[in-house]
Amino acid sequence: MANDSVLGRLTDAAPAIELRGITKSFGAVEANKNISLKVSKGTIHGIVGENGAGKSTLMSILYGFYKADAGEIFINGRKTPIPDSQAAIAAGIGMVHQHFKLVENFTVLENVILGAEDGALLKPSLAKARAVLVDLAREYELEVDPDQTIENLSVGHQQRVEILKALYRQADILILDEPTGVLTPSEAEHLFRILKNLRDQGKTLILITHKLKEIMNATDTVSVMRRGEMTATVKTADTSPGELAELMVGRKVLLRVDKKPAATGKTVLEVRDLKVKDSAGVERLKGISFEVCAGEILGIAGVAGNGQSELLEVLGGIASASGSVRINDHQLDLTGRYSDGQSRRARGISHVPEDRQRLGLIMDFMAWENACFGYHHDPKYQKNPLMMDNGAILADTEQKMQRFDIRPPNPRLPAHSFSGGNQQKIVLAREIERNPDILLVGQPTRGVDIGAIEFIHQQIVALRDAGKAILLVSVELDEILSLSDRVAVMFDGRIQGERITAETDEKELGLLMAGMNVEAA
Amino acid sequence: MELTETFLQLILTLDMTVRLSVVLILACLAGLFSERAGIVDIGLEGKMLIAAFFSAVAAYHSGNAWIGVLAGIAASMTFALIHGIASIAYRGNQLISGVALNFLASGLTVVIGNAWYKEGGRTPPLAGEARFSEITLPFADLIRDLPVIGPLYADVISGQKAIVYLAFLVVPLTWWVLFRTRFGLRLRAVGENPASVDTAGISVNRQRYAAVLIAGVLCGIAGAYLATSQAASFGREMTAGRGYIALAALIFAKWRPFYALMACLLFGLLEAISNLYPNIDVFGIFSIPVQFTQALPYILTVVILAGFIGKAIPPKASGEPYIKER
Repeated sequence: MANDSVLGRLTDAAPAIELRGITKSFGAVEANKNISLKVSKGTIHGIVGENGAGKSTLMSILYGFYKADAGEIFINGRKTPIPDSQAAIAAGIGMVHQHFKLVENFTVLENVILGAEDGALLKPSLAKARAVLVDLAREYELEVDPDQTIENLSVGHQQRVEILKALYRQADILILDEPTGVLTPSEAEHLFRILKNLRDQGKTLILITHKLKEIMNATDTVSVMRRGEMTATVKTADTSPGELAELMVGRKVLLRVDKKPAATGKTVLEVRDLKVKDSAGVERLKGISFEVCAGEILGIAGVAGNGQSELLEVLGGIASASGSVRINDHQLDLTGRYSDGQSRRARGISHVPEDRQRLGLIMDFMAWENACFGYHHDPKYQKNPLMMDNGAILADTEQKMQRFDIRPPNPRLPAHSFSGGNQQKIVLAREIERNPDILLVGQPTRGVDIGAIEFIHQQIVALRDAGKAILLVSVELDEILSLSDRVAVMFDGRIQGERITAETDEKELGLLMAGMNVEAA
Repeated sequence: MELTETFLQLILTLDMTVRLSVVLILACLAGLFSERAGIVDIGLEGKMLIAAFFSAVAAYHSGNAWIGVLAGIAASMTFALIHGIASIAYRGNQLISGVALNFLASGLTVVIGNAWYKEGGRTPPLAGEARFSEITLPFADLIRDLPVIGPLYADVISGQKAIVYLAFLVVPLTWWVLFRTRFGLRLRAVGENPASVDTAGISVNRQRYAAVLIAGVLCGIAGAYLATSQAASFGREMTAGRGYIALAALIFAKWRPFYALMACLLFGLLEAISNLYPNIDVFGIFSIPVQFTQALPYILTVVILAGFIGKAIPPKASGEPYIKER
């Protein structure tokens, strides 16, 4: 959808960034195919695309992490080769990585000057940085205590340090890679205020994200990438989330989950006063209680690291805990002989773990092997008391692959050769097809592309409609809001609040996620 | 009278503690530089051993102890470079590389020593200028008779060999370099989160090589001290596990220079005690056997390594080769 006025504006002055014919391959994989892009000065430009579409590769080329096989980079109209990060920094490009590149036991000041020191001795650099930081804080709402060590800062503040690092190096162009993945909604809001501030001061920003809502709210122009190609560049005001999603996936996508009202039955899972300590003796779960009924989805929202993972691990039989958990009125063993995953499965609990590559699959094993793990004792997989019936497992896997639209439908491929979405479908197929009473599912769509998200959501809702209980843990608030019937927000090992999904909104949940006490409406 | 006797014993013990700590201090600081940059160095032992051997050889043939030190440093740096290439350029396992170097040093010194001097691995004794002699600090004799301070200054602080003073100067120097200079900031960053340095556009590898080579220099001095100051020739396996004890001291010191000094002095004290008082009488009832007192430093090493002394958190990236992520 070429908009003439946008294109007109883009060619007015020399663009801050211009890429011409960038091509990059990793072995046989073409990560970037002949990509051209212009970003004009003083704008926020979004780049969306599914995982593996080539966004990160493109930005890494711009930041000098990789060298393009072909193509040219122009900064402010001047041809600028960027062979390494040093050259990118010199060209005024700064990058805020998805995983922060900070030294955790250094102070903010030390992190800011690292690599940009003025001389062999630190003292003058530190003094200068201190003064600059005061100015930047005033100018852009980037307050942060310069003498605090990074490990003592919240994630939101750590991100500010990353931005400060770039600004201290006098970056005019700032690339942000999935900046809101680890932030609470209010922190994200603050971030976007900062970004708009920066833009108004004439900085150029590139925002990489998979959240279409952020693109719509924050950007001026947006480019869509699909399979290594730049498929469209449009003015944000002229597009819609639906159109962007379609451009990303290449077909129409249902962004909202279609579901009927829940028909809840009896209580399936009842958790009372659950407490967990980690290996260092720190209490990760501080006594939480809730229940999940048949035919409903309870969503657990919260910023990552507030005890959700521990909760799943306890219920899935990976970690031990104190307190009480009952499944269909049967008391579960939380510490002893029967607190393992096998016993949990026998009780009708299926678990789609958060980290599918570590806990859900063995990446070097083939799909058919992965498709039977945990249930490999099932008599239907045994040929005789000594040998497994591999033929039966293969046939079973083939059926699963068909029903779950797993591509490529070849059970003999190792798990790592499937895309993130298809890996997740292998795990999901394995767990859902056991017809569990309760499904524990963690981050079902993390690293999964939009097309697969739609399918996975449909499967989860279908299981609910079949009268099963579902406990959904996700850090994506949108996912929680669109899937769950009730929401419990976790903060610091506790349940900060519980709401009926239809009666709450993102704002209220955001406050709960930040640890505020909010009276139920 | 009794008191003076005890005091003299104390002075003697302290003097010996200082002498015996030197090797540990230098080795410990070597390990500190290396590990702070993210390279685990279990090869301190081997580097010191090869340095001791070549310093003894060079000092013997040149008749100059300082030339011995230079030779020791060169030998140790060669080993350090091998460790660096294996673990930085080729991203090998740092423990295995270090252990391999220890074996290499242990075998090489004996083989070459035997071939050259035919004395069962020993090098010929050093005499005169080929050994370091004691340095008497100014006024040492003048204030010797002052109570307490006099003997302390004259016999513990003064009258040590050049490398002793050097070692004690390297401690504040290390602290200053690590915490007050750009070099130190980058070195520590490389050991904690190399990606932070890489994204700043600075070479992680160059920083790590620098650290490993500094470790080589310090181990070289330590080895030379063993052969040309503490002893008067090279003897097989003369490092006697001090490289490992230095590693234990490094953990004990939580990778900090001044703590490292204290930890090494403690180990030195234990060794001094076992040298001076092999048989300790307990109330005349029984005497602690010499084997036990001699084993004290090693026992403390085991205790420290087993983690009984609080929580020591190593530099986060230590032992991990840096690979740029895709």
